[in-house]
Amino acid sequence: MSNKMHIQLNVNGEAHEFLAEPRELLIYALRERLNITGPHVGCDTSHCGACTVTLDGKSVKACTMFVAQANGAEITTIEGIGSPDALHVLQESFREHHGLQCGFCTPGMITRAVKLLEENPTPTEEEVRFGMAGNICRCTGYQNIVKSILAAANEMNAQPSSSEAVGHNKVEAAE
Amino acid sequence: MIPAPFDYHRPDSLEGVMSLIREHGDEARVMAGGHSLIPMMKLRMAEVPHLIDLQAIDSLRGIRIDGDKITLGAMVTQHELIDHAELATKAPILREAALQIADPQVRYMGTVGGNVANGDPGNDMPGLMQCLDAQFTLHGPEGTRTVAARDFYEAAYMTARTDEEVLTEVTFAATGGGYAYEKQKRKIGDYATAAAAVLISKSGGQVSAASVAMTNLSDVPVFSQGAADALVGTDCGDAAVDAAVAAALAEIDPTEDNRGPVAFKRHVAGIIIARTIRGAFNRA
Ligand SMILES: Cc1cc2nc3c(=O)[nH]c(=O)nc-3n(C[C@H](O)[C@H](O)[C@H](O)COP(=O)(O)OP(=O)(O)OC[C@H]3O[C@@H](n4cnc5c(N)ncnc54)[C@H](O)[C@@H]3O)c2cc1C
Ligand code: FES
Ligand code: FES
Repeated sequence: MSNKMHIQLNVNGEAHEFLAEPRELLIYALRERLNITGPHVGCDTSHCGACTVTLDGKSVKACTMFVAQANGAEITTIEGIGSPDALHVLQESFREHHGLQCGFCTPGMITRAVKLLEENPTPTEEEVRFGMAGNICRCTGYQNIVKSILAAANEMNAQPSSSEAVGHNKVEAAE
Repeated sequence: MIPAPFDYHRPDSLEGVMSLIREHGDEARVMAGGHSLIPMMKLRMAEVPHLIDLQAIDSLRGIRIDGDKITLGAMVTQHELIDHAELATKAPILREAALQIADPQVRYMGTVGGNVANGDPGNDMPGLMQCLDAQFTLHGPEGTRTVAARDFYEAAYMTARTDEEVLTEVTFAATGGGYAYEKQKRKIGDYATAAAAVLISKSGGQVSAASVAMTNLSDVPVFSQGAADALVGTDCGDAAVDAAVAAALAEIDPTEDNRGPVAFKRHVAGIIIARTIRGAFNRA
């Protein structure tokens, strides 16, 4: 049964092609096949968000997607967001505001936060907390994560290039 | 966690789905967002030798609003429900409920069709669809039929849908008046300990029409005509709300689980139902 499938993924702007069983989970294809180890496996049960990647414009948990489902998709992981020499504003902000301690949750946090600020460039603190609700951190108590994201939003809005997109997707917290 | 092996299919039309179901019979199963099914497959509580992914079928997408008639394609995601400006004016209870489902990542993937077809008593959309008196359209080898949400749920994971049928769309009328969806949960992203959906219309300070439904308080979502009857014609004061809560509680049958014992659930349900009724009345 279960024939291998020809899979094509575009990850961080690079095309990859390989044969895989359809049941392989996207997170393992990224980490073990393509050696893209930024997205982490925290829980393997869809709860922690450490495996978050951006797939065709959506934040998704890569532990809850079959590689076959992702076939043909455009994926961005933390590796595609910034580099050690050129950190993304959010990465710089997490460093500046101590938005991480052990760092295990951080790739998922930042990947999700990039998408959150794309959809809502001027979030309130409540909107940041609500928009980050799929990402769990065992260390920081979240305070500094929220601070880092709010500071990054301010920074990005101060840069002229991103100033036209103003919060079409503001979501009031339902909590 | 690694699921059992399967063959993967991604047809681009409903006819394609039907012929795969004809070919593979009960070895085939459709997948929408996968956010209920994949966790079950990873736990090996579901085995699906032929997985039919619905993602490429355009006819299952989209939110259509035609006057007062609202149609949600089965593959509309919870994220799309939240993001749709016209839906938020025509039937705002949908957005309110969708915002309380899971977390952002799950809502980008989880669909209306998957949520209502799943049959998990913990899902929020089935209770909401009782409240809205929605109709589900099912497409199968014998053609297309429509089943009322209020007749759809038979027991946990048992619905009026046969294995050969695909749920294609959900329709309901735009809502006037007040609305509320309230949900008690242990933490953000959790399924409900108790949740309620209420619509109320008011005229001259009195309730002229009401609809009350509940989530995760029985093995199926519960619509309570008794609760609505207790409200209509009243000013929605304490006595009327108490009577409506009593009527609603008479129709539920919660079970003990890791969200608490039965007495606790009934207690929480009473508070949530009252809060939801008052919330809807105050917005009416
Ligand atoms: C961490 C987490 C938290 C969650 N919290 C909540 C919550 O609070 N409230 C809530 O309501 N849900 C919650 N969910 C579930 C989530 O909303 C699911 O996405 C939803 O239940 C199912 O939708 P899906 O599109 O993912 O369906 P799938 O998982 O793809 O399918 C679910 C079932 O429905 C069947 N099915 C799917 N589409 C169709 C169709 N068109 N026709 C016929 N059958 C179909 C499938 O065969 C399967 O049996 C949570 C999920 C996770 C992972
Ligand atoms: S590893 Fe995917 S959500 Fe935790
Ligand atoms: S920094 Fe350790 S889990 Fe978040």
